[in-house]
Amino acid sequence: MPSITKPLIPLSPLPKNDLGLTIRDYEGQMSTLCAGCGHDSVTAAIVHAFWELSTPPHMIAKLSGIGCSSKTPTYFVRGAHGFNSAHGRMVPIATGAIAANRELTYIGISGDGDSLSIGLGHLMHGIRRNVKLVYVIENNGVYGLTKGQMSASADIGSRPKKGEANVLAPIDPVTTALSLGATFIARSFSGDKEQLVPILKAAIAHNGFALIDVISPCVTFNDHEGSTKSYKFMRDHEVKEVETDFIPIRAEIRAKIPTDGAIEVTMHDGSSVRFRSVPEGYDPHDRMKVEEYIRDRQSRGEIVTGLLYVDESAKELHELNATPTSALAKIPYASLCPGSAVLASMQEDFR
Amino acid sequence: MTIDQALDQRTQVNDFAIKLANVNGTGSASANSLLMQAIFRMGIPVSGKNLFPSNIQGLPTWYEIRVNKSGYTARALDYDLVVAMNSQTYAQDIADVRHGGYVIYDSSWPLDPDLSRDDVTFLGIPLAKMCLENFKAPRERILMKNIAYAGAVVALVGIDVELVANLLAETFARNEALRDSNQRALRLGYDYAMENLTCPLPFYVEPMDANGSSILINGNLAIALGCLYAGATVAGWYPITPATAVMDNFIQLCARYRRETVVSDDPDVPDTTQNNYLIIQAEDEIASIGMVLGAGWSGARAFTSTSGPGISLMNELLGLAYYTEIPAVIVDVQRTGPSTGMPTRTQQADIMMCAYASHGDTKHIVLFPANPYECFDFAVQSFDLAEKFQTPVFLLSDLDIGMNDWVVPELHWDDDYVWDRGPVLNDEDLARMSEFFRYNSANEDFVAARTLPGSDEKGAYFIRGSGHDEFGRYTENAPEYQEVVDRLKKKHAAAAAHVPAPVIERRDGAQIGIITIGSCDLAVREALDQLADAGIAADFLRVRGFPFVAEVRAFVEEHEHCFVVEQNRDAQLRSLITIETGVGIEKMHPVLAYGGFPLSAQQVVDSVLAKLEN
Repeated sequence: MPSITKPLIPLSPLPKNDLGLTIRDYEGQMSTLCAGCGHDSVTAAIVHAFWELSTPPHMIAKLSGIGCSSKTPTYFVRGAHGFNSAHGRMVPIATGAIAANRELTYIGISGDGDSLSIGLGHLMHGIRRNVKLVYVIENNGVYGLTKGQMSASADIGSRPKKGEANVLAPIDPVTTALSLGATFIARSFSGDKEQLVPILKAAIAHNGFALIDVISPCVTFNDHEGSTKSYKFMRDHEVKEVETDFIPIRAEIRAKIPTDGAIEVTMHDGSSVRFRSVPEGYDPHDRMKVEEYIRDRQSRGEIVTGLLYVDESAKELHELNATPTSALAKIPYASLCPGSAVLASMQEDFR
Repeated sequence: MTIDQALDQRTQVNDFAIKLANVNGTGSASANSLLMQAIFRMGIPVSGKNLFPSNIQGLPTWYEIRVNKSGYTARALDYDLVVAMNSQTYAQDIADVRHGGYVIYDSSWPLDPDLSRDDVTFLGIPLAKMCLENFKAPRERILMKNIAYAGAVVALVGIDVELVANLLAETFARNEALRDSNQRALRLGYDYAMENLTCPLPFYVEPMDANGSSILINGNLAIALGCLYAGATVAGWYPITPATAVMDNFIQLCARYRRETVVSDDPDVPDTTQNNYLIIQAEDEIASIGMVLGAGWSGARAFTSTSGPGISLMNELLGLAYYTEIPAVIVDVQRTGPSTGMPTRTQQADIMMCAYASHGDTKHIVLFPANPYECFDFAVQSFDLAEKFQTPVFLLSDLDIGMNDWVVPELHWDDDYVWDRGPVLNDEDLARMSEFFRYNSANEDFVAARTLPGSDEKGAYFIRGSGHDEFGRYTENAPEYQEVVDRLKKKHAAAAAHVPAPVIERRDGAQIGIITIGSCDLAVREALDQLADAGIAADFLRVRGFPFVAEVRAFVEEHEHCFVVEQNRDAQLRSLITIETGVGIEKMHPVLAYGGFPLSAQQVVDSVLAKLEN
């Protein structure tokens, strides 16, 4: 997989964000994934989200594990710092990076193999620690790079392109995260950028671990009849009852957003998320009701998408540990070393 | 009394060994270390070795104290006095007393006549009975029995009882009830021995001034102190014997020396405490090293502490750190393997694993401290080396160093110390450059300057464990791939000049050379003197860092016979020397102790003599 630099062809003047950057400034290398891969649409949504939020590219850290999904950080925000780590191990590495320097915005891209098999333990503990990380699972139910084995997210009866139907129950990252106490849980579909971009922006604003499970069809190995992670299946079974808008700090409230009956959540940084047209009785703060709703829909063969659950009151890793608001990595040595006098007096107790 | 016995009853001042046999979980460890600490305070060279089981309560445990005016404080194998407090192990413990030695036993019950020995003096003290009469609570009766036998030992070997009383007062300064019962128990045992037994025994202590400004410290605490002074701010770890105390100590030290009060500007808002550190107890050792890599990538000094099983788990990410060139410090307090092995026994069997950890061609920097003093110094050096060479550095301690208290010189800190961050480019550096690439600007040590996340866009790059060229770009091209891994090999070799140099000591007329590593140091030094007394002069070399400097090969070549003393079955240090220096393996005879207990000089002398006589 050679990396290919994307040609920067100047088109008609592109709109600029608050930093004076165009959408092109948030792109990365040319994708080398298969044509039509859902992951490329997720990449495009990420590019949009960061551009719209005017996040300085160098203040973004993008991390991944191993797999098709984990290649994608090269395809967005070339000015960001990137770390393509080891299979399933992105969460600990991101946790260490976040521990050392909380000043950056961290986004981790993972897949269903990376997140739900080899890295499931780390994912759960990342959720438990409420590490401030946007965690995107590009979920296609299949191991693409090793050519089509079923993954732990594959539904019972789902068929790989070749071979037997899957007989094992799937691990659902959304209900798993709910039961673990995750503070931000969303599901989306790579084919629905309109929904995904505001979810990503809300996730970036979230003060803690933000899990976004994106059904992202694999056109080569899992987009056929009999797959439950195909474009067709998603288009036929997606339920978008929980609709959300992201309202950035100081942004004017757009007239088209109906406020009647909407539930508004103020995010840590002052931005807000507005849930509109939620089904009756749905409360994105009520873990039990959210789970009940998702499971009820699941039992009918439907996949609920949207920003499903938010808890903006929980403390994230650094708040739990009372660390400084600036980066630990930047503390000058003089503030870290107790010095010779302390060492000498301490040793009075060692005699 | 035969002449033999008379000889064995000779007076030994400041030269004897005690073995205390106990049941674990009964509080004996504190009583035993109290004796050791008292002897240390009397200015006499002493060591204490806790030989304990992997268990919380009920299994046999031993504590050995060796007192030696000449400073020979490696483990002794012949015991002048055995305190036999564990009926499960009576038979073995009594058998372990030297000819002419003494046994203290609890005479509340009669001793099995089958266990009796004619050449040993049995000293019965009704410890259980005394404690039953003097203490009420069942747990107190058990605990105080230990202090009572300690009191008897104090009387029998001439330890200053007031000094012991002071130590107890210091220990229980904040708990009056415990202080009083401990003092009473001490006097019970002491008075009983003084009134009923001949005190002192033919071997006893007399105050010396050999300890000067030395301290008593274990290696795990010394490493934690080193990490504190090195400026480590992030740590990821998972509990494992015998390394857990490294992080326990680091947590305590940080809570004490790394917290600051942030004064609030607002009178209605209280001041807050800010922690200038973040220590994460991870879900496993894989996550621990992952956190260290993430933090190291981001420019924090970060470390993990573990033992062999943890290193096994970390292997994959250690290769990632090596190949992506991320600084990391890994403390390995070695225990007995393979697999779970014997978690509370010592060994030096992770040498090869750490030198070459991970799949593919990998080589690491490894430091081998011999005692807590070096643990402190080497911990600091580990961070400097990790950042200077942008690579993982292993600090290879072991259970004996880590969990036992050692008498070592006072630790010193140079306030002019400047941490070596290695080549790191800031935004001003980047502004002066036309372009930045991650791996194409190697310095004389073959290390390329890096940038940290958050630096200017110009310095942004994509770090990857997949094949990459000198620009940091993905590659599957053979020459581009090889260029990077060839540089990594040269970088590793360049570190030889910067790791702690071997200790080399030569003797006139030496015919043989003895090479050793880590905690074998004291036993080997004692063996060298014993061999010299037997007419065999030997040169000494202790390796302290990997990669090896040229002196290691030269040392082997200049001796007709070399012995390599280490604590593992497979002669790992010998193999590593051969592999890395090319010197003939037949030139080095292995001397191996790997049963899990600290090495003693006797084992070395016996092996060397056996070989030379053949």
